[in-house]
Amino acid sequence: MTLLWIPLLTLLGVLVPALTARRGRGFCTLATVTLPAMALLLTLSQVPALLDGELPRVALSWIPSLGLDLAFRMDGLSLMFATLILGIGLLIILYAHFYLSAGEPYGRFYAYLVLFMLSMLGIVMADNLLLLWIFWELTSLSSFLLIGYWSHWTDARKGARMAMTVTGAGGLALLAGFLLLGDMVGSFDLGVVLSSADVILADPRYPVMLVLVLLGAFTKSAQFPFHFWLPHAMAAPTPVSAYLHSATMVKAGIFLMARLHPALGDSELWGWLVTLTGMTTFLYGAWFALLKTDLKAILAFSTVSHLGLVTALLGIGSPMAILAALFHILNHATFKGALFMSAGIIDHETGARELGKLGGLRRAMPITALLTTITAASMAGVPLLNGFLSKEMFFTETLDTALLGGLGWLLPVLATLGGILSVAYSLRLVHGVFFKPAKEVPPKSPHEPPRLMRAPVELLATLCVAVGLFPAALATGILDLATRAVLREPLDFHLAIWHGVNLPLVMSLAALAAGITAYGLHSNIRHFARQFAPIDARLVFEGTIQSLVARTQTLTHRLENGSLQRYMSLLLGTALLLATLGLVELPELAGDKPTQPLDAMLVLGSALMIFAALGTAITHRYRLISLLMLSVVGLVVSLTFARFSAPDLALTQLSVEVVTMILLMLALFFLPQKTPQESSASRIIRDLVLAGTLGMVVASLNYAVLTREIDSIAGFFIANSVPGGGGHNVVNVILVDFRGFDTLGEITVLALAGLAIFKLLNRLRLFMPHSDGEGRVWSPDRYPMILTTVSQALLPLALLVAAFIFLRGHNMPGGGFIAGLVTAVALILVYMARGVEWTQNRLDFPYQPVAIGGVAVATLTGLGSWLFGRPFLTSAFGHFHIPLVGDIELATAMLFDLGVYLAVVGATLMILANLGKLTTPHRPTKEAPAVSRKETPAPPSEEAPLILDTEKSQRPSKEKA
Amino acid sequence: MIAAVIPLALFLFSISLLLSLYRLLRGPDITDRILGLDTLNINAIAVIVLAGIYMDTTMIFEAALLIALMGFVGTIAMTKYLVRGDVIE
Repeated sequence: MTLLWIPLLTLLGVLVPALTARRGRGFCTLATVTLPAMALLLTLSQVPALLDGELPRVALSWIPSLGLDLAFRMDGLSLMFATLILGIGLLIILYAHFYLSAGEPYGRFYAYLVLFMLSMLGIVMADNLLLLWIFWELTSLSSFLLIGYWSHWTDARKGARMAMTVTGAGGLALLAGFLLLGDMVGSFDLGVVLSSADVILADPRYPVMLVLVLLGAFTKSAQFPFHFWLPHAMAAPTPVSAYLHSATMVKAGIFLMARLHPALGDSELWGWLVTLTGMTTFLYGAWFALLKTDLKAILAFSTVSHLGLVTALLGIGSPMAILAALFHILNHATFKGALFMSAGIIDHETGARELGKLGGLRRAMPITALLTTITAASMAGVPLLNGFLSKEMFFTETLDTALLGGLGWLLPVLATLGGILSVAYSLRLVHGVFFKPAKEVPPKSPHEPPRLMRAPVELLATLCVAVGLFPAALATGILDLATRAVLREPLDFHLAIWHGVNLPLVMSLAALAAGITAYGLHSNIRHFARQFAPIDARLVFEGTIQSLVARTQTLTHRLENGSLQRYMSLLLGTALLLATLGLVELPELAGDKPTQPLDAMLVLGSALMIFAALGTAITHRYRLISLLMLSVVGLVVSLTFARFSAPDLALTQLSVEVVTMILLMLALFFLPQKTPQESSASRIIRDLVLAGTLGMVVASLNYAVLTREIDSIAGFFIANSVPGGGGHNVVNVILVDFRGFDTLGEITVLALAGLAIFKLLNRLRLFMPHSDGEGRVWSPDRYPMILTTVSQALLPLALLVAAFIFLRGHNMPGGGFIAGLVTAVALILVYMARGVEWTQNRLDFPYQPVAIGGVAVATLTGLGSWLFGRPFLTSAFGHFHIPLVGDIELATAMLFDLGVYLAVVGATLMILANLGKLTTPHRPTKEAPAVSRKETPAPPSEEAPLILDTEKSQRPSKEKA
Repeated sequence: MIAAVIPLALFLFSISLLLSLYRLLRGPDITDRILGLDTLNINAIAVIVLAGIYMDTTMIFEAALLIALMGFVGTIAMTKYLVRGDVIE
């Protein structure tokens, strides 16, 4: 379990800076450091177990159905990386304490930094591929936050976006690769994957999977041609660059390749892809590092170059090459981390990062100059420093590999060339900043940084020298553990400074000599390079993204141009096509079942429905009449439901119908009464053809389905309704029990829709026409006496009907949904008869809590079954004997139905009452007297415009005047 | 006796449904149309009750109850709209 505490402590560490940021900067830094430091100690405490040959592991089941476990391991490779991540992370926090200026939100910065630390730890410790991937994506996210930390600066935002896009896309490829890999092996467990290399290599999908996984690794580790995001990510604050872009995040891809090397690495394809990509990146990065003038850009391209070196070593893949790769990861982290921090110090103390503006700083900052020289020399591969050792091992491996066959001499030559370039750019960096006389005075007067700000650099530089002098004593232990994890067997090796005069040493010395010469010829090289048109990766990237966005927008506009008619025609056309294809496949339309006898009522009913539907379409330009026709259609549909034994549907249809009608009439008030004729003749023909054919096809489909015996799930519901749900009404039992989860979702959506409409209508002011379509002024009688009396008498009766329908719902037609609509309609009747003010004085509560409460009641009923150890929404029922009343049946489903009822009442009233309320505040206090009504000429108001402005709404202003 | 009367009554009421629809379509005035719809509702109640007797079931009688209630509210909404424009004020 100690293993679990390493990521867990770091996770808790994310909260610490956020909580302590107010207590002062020093306190915040100290508090932030505490938990990662404990995690580091825990990590190191695993060493004895590892030395004993154990594999500390912890696994908790998370989502077993997906194969995702919360599993961590701590083998040598994890240990090496975890130490690197936590150790350098702590140094970076210390450094950032001095680097960030006082006004910046350092709490946020530390929180992001620790979050990043956590995600990196997760990657290196994960023992499950999917878990590894989750942390992988988390590094992309947290590095996005860190790169874009100075979010007011456009370069930072663009750099962050670019890094996020590239690594995120790579992450998706990686996920696809992992899924394939898991499918081949049959498990996402890392242990299983690593030990089934033979299965993986024999699988025909191996090349695809390998390319996908490598895409993930290459994008993360900035390998050519995905390297371009790294230099732009340098817009981040320097502590971030030092941490993410030299020591950790870019190493994640390399870690992944090392991690999966035992499973994937033993193939020609791996060797070619990885080695060549690595070599290309090595040279490309080194070349551009030589050309750049910005300190951080030089370091960024040199990082790209060194990552390429490590990748190439992993591609070569021999045991000694793996050892060299791991050793170089450690060395690169030390010298490059130190160099980035030095660059940050120079930037911080002089205010400049351009080589052209810097120079002669060795007098002002001698100690920094010394430290930078040591670390840069290590980067160049100068003997007696750690960079020399791993670089010489690299040279040896390029000589030994048989990868390119007859062209085998090419690799060492390219490696030497890269070495020459690294010497040249390292020399240029040091000489340009510290030794060359300055061309201009830097913006700030340079001086040494605070003692503690330099401390991390001093520590890392000391490590460079110490490891360089005593490699066997200092590095053997951890490298032995790490190589054992990758190679799965102990490797017998000996790190030494002196191997005698051999070819690699000659290559190193040649690279040094040629590098110094190359720096001498530097101006010529730059002059030569200037002939090529510079390619700004950011412009290319932004251009690509923008053209992608433009293209998708064009496509979207073509599909989604705002015309409802077009959507409808596309939708119906597609449905028509699919249904026609299905119908054509049928041998004949009619099935075996006999048809029912036709009686007069059916004929007349269908005639009624057909005429009413035609009437709706024909009168559609006269909205009120069309609405009347539509309600006839609804009525006949309900009659049809009743006739064909679906009383529940009939009741629901009837209630929905009237609610819809009231809603439409509320809206019609604000709309023109007539619409002009807009459709062209060809369009009408198109619509007629489409609607007509679709109608015929759907009718044929129905006929085909209804005349055939169909074995559906209906039988199950009918058989289990009483024994399983305790209700005789199958429809209601399905709604509240069998498919209760669907219903819960539906009422949630309903309540949400109600809330959204409530919010949309809030403070909306609409223009109100002062006369109807024919120009008649409204009647002054707002609340007719007969109407108020009748509706008040009707209210208790209607509520009684609602209660009746609700209570019988479980066994007879009815239920919470219908009862809710009836209640809402009854209350709306009072609103219509008495007006909003009168009603609100008596119904003094908002409807939002009713709707939300309904959803809550339904959810709690569902959750209640957990108390009894049953799955969500299990219902219980029983028969109870109550004196006088007799036997009654009570079911938890009724409670659920109550939730449905409340949600429906709340949502419906929220919509209708609020829509009705829209006009209330603007209503004049006095009505126009009957006499003046005749004098006022009614303006033609057929095209009453919809105006969202009060100043132009005539009625209130006229009344006030 | 009743077995003969019920289909006949159903037939007649169905005819009257169609006639109400005719009034609804023709108008000429909007009040004629609203009255047509209201009549149609009332005839529908009769049709449902008769059909229930004819099919020998009480299951669909609640539909008649709801048509009565909902039809009334619908008619009120229509007339309110006609008179005041604003249904809920």
